[in-house]
Formats: sequence, structure tokens, C-alpha cells
Amino acid sequence: MDQFYINLLFVGASFALYFGIAIWARAGSTKEFYVAGGGVHPVANGMATAADWMSAASFISMAGLIAAGGYANSTFLMGWTGGYVLLAMLLAPYLRKFGKFTVPDFIGDRFYSKPARLVAVACLIVASTTYVIGQMAGAGIAFSRFLEVDKDTGLVIASVVVFFYAVLGGMKGITYTQVAQYCVLIVAYTIPAIFISMELTGNPIPALGLFGDHTASGMPLLAKLDQVVQELGFAAYTADVPNKLNMVLFTLTLMIGTAGLPHVIIRFFTVPKVADARWSAGWALIFIALLYLTAPAVASMARMNLIDTVYPNGTDAPSIQIDERPEWMKTWEETKLITIEDKNNDGRIQFYNDKADMSDKGWEGNELTYNRDILVLANPEIAQLPGWVIGLIAAGGLAAALSTAAGLLLAISSAVSHDLIKNSINPDISEKGELMAARASMTVAIVVATYLGMNPPGFAAQVVALAFGIAAASIFPVLMMGIFSKRVNNKGAIAGMLAGLITTLVYIFMYKGWFFIPGTANLPDTVDNWILGISPLSFGAIGAIINFTVAFVVSNATEEPPVEIQELVESVRYPKGAGSAVDH
Amino acid sequence: MADDKSKAALYWSTNLRLILGSLVVWAFVSYGCGILFRPLLSGITVGGTDLGFWFAQQGSILTFIGIIFFYAWRMNKLDAEMGLEE
Repeated sequence: MDQFYINLLFVGASFALYFGIAIWARAGSTKEFYVAGGGVHPVANGMATAADWMSAASFISMAGLIAAGGYANSTFLMGWTGGYVLLAMLLAPYLRKFGKFTVPDFIGDRFYSKPARLVAVACLIVASTTYVIGQMAGAGIAFSRFLEVDKDTGLVIASVVVFFYAVLGGMKGITYTQVAQYCVLIVAYTIPAIFISMELTGNPIPALGLFGDHTASGMPLLAKLDQVVQELGFAAYTADVPNKLNMVLFTLTLMIGTAGLPHVIIRFFTVPKVADARWSAGWALIFIALLYLTAPAVASMARMNLIDTVYPNGTDAPSIQIDERPEWMKTWEETKLITIEDKNNDGRIQFYNDKADMSDKGWEGNELTYNRDILVLANPEIAQLPGWVIGLIAAGGLAAALSTAAGLLLAISSAVSHDLIKNSINPDISEKGELMAARASMTVAIVVATYLGMNPPGFAAQVVALAFGIAAASIFPVLMMGIFSKRVNNKGAIAGMLAGLITTLVYIFMYKGWFFIPGTANLPDTVDNWILGISPLSFGAIGAIINFTVAFVVSNATEEPPVEIQELVESVRYPKGAGSAVDH
Repeated sequence: MADDKSKAALYWSTNLRLILGSLVVWAFVSYGCGILFRPLLSGITVGGTDLGFWFAQQGSILTFIGIIFFYAWRMNKLDAEMGLEE
């Protein structure tokens, strides 16, 4: 069967499943729309959280990032999992006990302040919108590559699918489609990895294969990889990082950013009890770890496979002839994600680090460039796996992008309909009216996200800087202080949030351009210009420290919060009497 | 009522101690073994590389899972002991 029809079959079957779930899980009330009725089993919520969390970036890009950076990019592995420890202990159980619908809900009530709620809504919308554009664009690319449609057409198809289950089912529809999407994406990620690990190391478990022996050479895989990449002039794969301060801060920013992302937090509002919120965080991390323990194996093995493809007889022997390059290279050249240029006209492909001088070999520059994202997408082809595995990857990549997009869209639309319309503009709106407003805001959010996915603004590429920076510097600290301190008051919280947010944004804008407009950066974005070697992407952790400090200083200089607020803090600390999410 | 208050205070201080202990382990495996102490652990080889690399790419994640389940189990038990469970 033609590869196109195999892909169509896999993607079509997975979409039929999502549609079926959407019809079954329609939302009848705001409580169902915002928190899936509050009755989701902790294991199911763990699975949904894993799909919600693992985006196109985790599925498609992360292995490519690690393949390129080796040890240095372990930051993503630790950073994007360690946040769940913080969620489980510092936020999720108490916010579940609080029992309302959105993250700004807690900030607005705990700090008895409409401005605090509005600052939280603004942070949420900027962080989530930046994030969702990448998902929509990712879905568009996956469609165009696997189903041979135009990128924008692919994006519209993806939007229609999300529209169907997110508008109809709200959180309820999203939760159960996310459970299905998790299953699709984890199977799709693991199967090619198992094949590749078997081929390279003989071990069917990729995470063990990573630390196993390379069958062809008999050396440990990582030692072999270190050797070949160094022969090609690259840094060793396992090489240590000189700038440890930046590595620590970047990991910390990713961790507290993860814990502060609203679309992740609201998933914990859907479980029945406080105890379930704690278990659920553990289950979520187990499901996430299944992919995150496989990704570094995929990374090193894909890099090894790529080098083996170009140098089939070892890096000392002549490389592959251009005319004899494998079929998959040609396929990906069409998408411009791989480019080959025979600089020294020897009819062969040389792939090495340009910065190393290899002129003694007659090499005149690196001749193969590739987009990091293709390592996962082209992996089955590179390892010569059967066509159905490619179809599976197509369905898996789409599942990862769509599940995260839906979660983000829900976070955005509930902030609009619940925090802006119901709690700020029109408090007298009826339950039915709010449900309609929620569906309308979801529709608008999808249309805006689709438009921005087609015409990505400059900030769309800055997900890590913007989404994680804002979540780390503004949302996480204010939520934590709201639970762990009775003394922090409205003035402290607002001053802290703004101080964390503004310093972080200024630091990012200084190096990346004001509002990411090209040419407006004050300093070149290179390590010599960073203050103490701290990258703009790592500044969220510093922003968080500023937020905490300012909030404590301002609170201590001003009056104590009212007694009823101190009682509210008491009540979220003890599980008894949590009940279900309340209408209000 | 006074009894309830002291019970609640005990519950909260136990929780804080548990969180602090868990965070020490959380930081030790990731920022410690995975990043800062990697040069100190370079003598211990794991599958072609060193223990620090293993902690950065696998060990920290596995420990995080252990921490969350341990915390959930301890706290849910504490809820029951103190009669604070739902």
C-alpha cells in the first residue's frame, strides 16, 4: 500500500476516535466545561496531564535538541519533569482544595483584589497564546509532511478537529480525548525507539540500550558516539558544561515554569479529592517519564544512525556518494528540512563540524544540514522501519500537538469567560449564559490561534523564554505565597508579580529585541554579553526570586490581610471539607 | 477547639518538614548529582560514561517519581491519622 494511504489510515482512525469521544463527553454545565465535573479518576487525569503537557516540542523537538547538545541539553529532561515534584507538594493539593475553576480565580480571591486577578489573566493569556501558536504550527507541518496537503490547509483541518471536541465537550471532552491521545502518542514514540534500540544495541528497552553496548563496535554506545562525533570535529556528546550557574538557573526556570503553567495546573482541578491530586501528579510523571526516559535514547541513537548513514564504512573511510543517498534524504530535501550541497565537487557528502579544519582530507565545508526536528519524524525511515511505523509517527505527532493545543485553549477561554466576563464585567450572568460565553470564547481562541499559526508573529519562536519565563517569574511564586504565607497581602502580591514579570521581560527583550522586533536588541544575545553568563532563557528563576522578595518586603511594610483571607489560607491547607469544585 | 487548632498546627508543620526533606532530595539528584557534582562523580562509570550523566538523563527523573509517590503516600496517611481526610 502507498505510504500516503497508510498515513491517512492511521491519522483518520485516530481522529475518528477523538470525534467519538467528543460526542460521548458533551458538557452540560459550566462545571463540566471548566473542570470535567470534578470526577476524573487520578490515573486517567495523570494520563490526560501527560498528553496535555507533552506537546509537539516534547514529541518532535526534544530528542533533536538532546541529539545536538548531548549532556548540555539534559536541562530539558530534568527541567520538564522536576516541576511535577513542585506541583505535587507545593500547589496541586491546595488549589484542588480551594475548589474553583481557574488559576486567576485563586489569585483574585486569595489576594482579595481585582487588579491581581487581571494581572494573572494577562500573564496566563500571553504565556498560553505563545505556547499554542507553536502547537498549531506543529500540527500544520505534520499534516503537510504526512498527508501531502498545504501547511495552511493542514492547520485548518487541525483546528476543525480541536473545535469539535473542545467547544462541544470543554474540559470533559478534552480530558477523555487527551487520555486517548496519550495512548496514541506513547505507542507512536516507543515503537520506532524499540526497533532502533534493538538494531543498535540489541536491547529492546531504549532507556537501557542508551547505557548498553553498541553491537557493531562492541564499545559502549555513548563511548562510541563520543568517539565518532569528535572525529568529525564536534564536541563530545557527554562533555561537561563549563557554565554551571546558567545550567542550574535554566533547569530551575523550566521546573518552576512547568509548575506555574495554568493549563497544567487546571488539570488537577478535575479530580475528586485532595488525596487524588497528590496521586495524580505521580501518575502524570510516570506517564511523562515513559517518553522522557526514551527521548535521550532516541537522541543518541538517531545521531549515531545519521552519522552511520553518511559514513557507512566509518568516519575514516570515504563518505556516501550523493547519487547513492537513501530515499528518505530526498523526501526530506523536498521539504527543505534537509539540504545537501557538494562544496568540494567530489560527488560525496561530507558531514562534520565546519569550525574544525578538515582541508587535509579535501573537505571544503559541511555539506549536509538538517532541521533538528526531523530526527524523530524521519527516524523510522533512517532506521528502515516498515511503512506502518511512519503512519504511527504521523498520528502520534498530531496527537501530541492537538492535546496540548486543546488544554491551552481551555486555559485561555476559561480565563476569558470566567475571570473576565463572569467575575469582572458581568457578575450577574446566568449559568447558561456563562456556558455559552465559555463556548464562544473557545471558538474565538481557536480562530485566533489558527490565524497566528498561519502567520506566526516574531514571539512565536520564543515559547521557552516567554511561556516559561512568565510562568516562573509571575504565576508560580504568587500561587506558592498564597498558600504558604498568611502574611502576603494584595499589595505585596501585585508588586511582586509585576516586579518578577517586568524584570524578566526586560532581560529577555534586552537580548532578543523589544517585543521581539528584529534589530531592537540592546546587546548581542551571546554568552559574553550575558550578565554573569545568565542566558535570557534562564532568567525566569531570578525573576521568581525578585517576585518573592518584593512581595515579602511590600507586605511587611503594609497591613496584614483581613481575617477572612487568613482563614481562607487555613482552609486550603487542610484536605477536610474539600468537596467538589463549587459553583459561584 | 483548642485541640483542633494544635492538631492543625501539628499537621501543617509535619507537612512542611516532609516538603523540605523531599525538596532536599529533589535538588540533590538534579542540581547536585546531575549538574554541580558531576566532576566529583566522574570516577564512577555507567555504560560508557559517568554517573553524573546518568543522573542528568535518567536518575533524576526516576527519583522525582519516587519522591512524589512517597510524599502522596505519607500525606494521605497523615490525613487519615489526623482525621483530616475527605
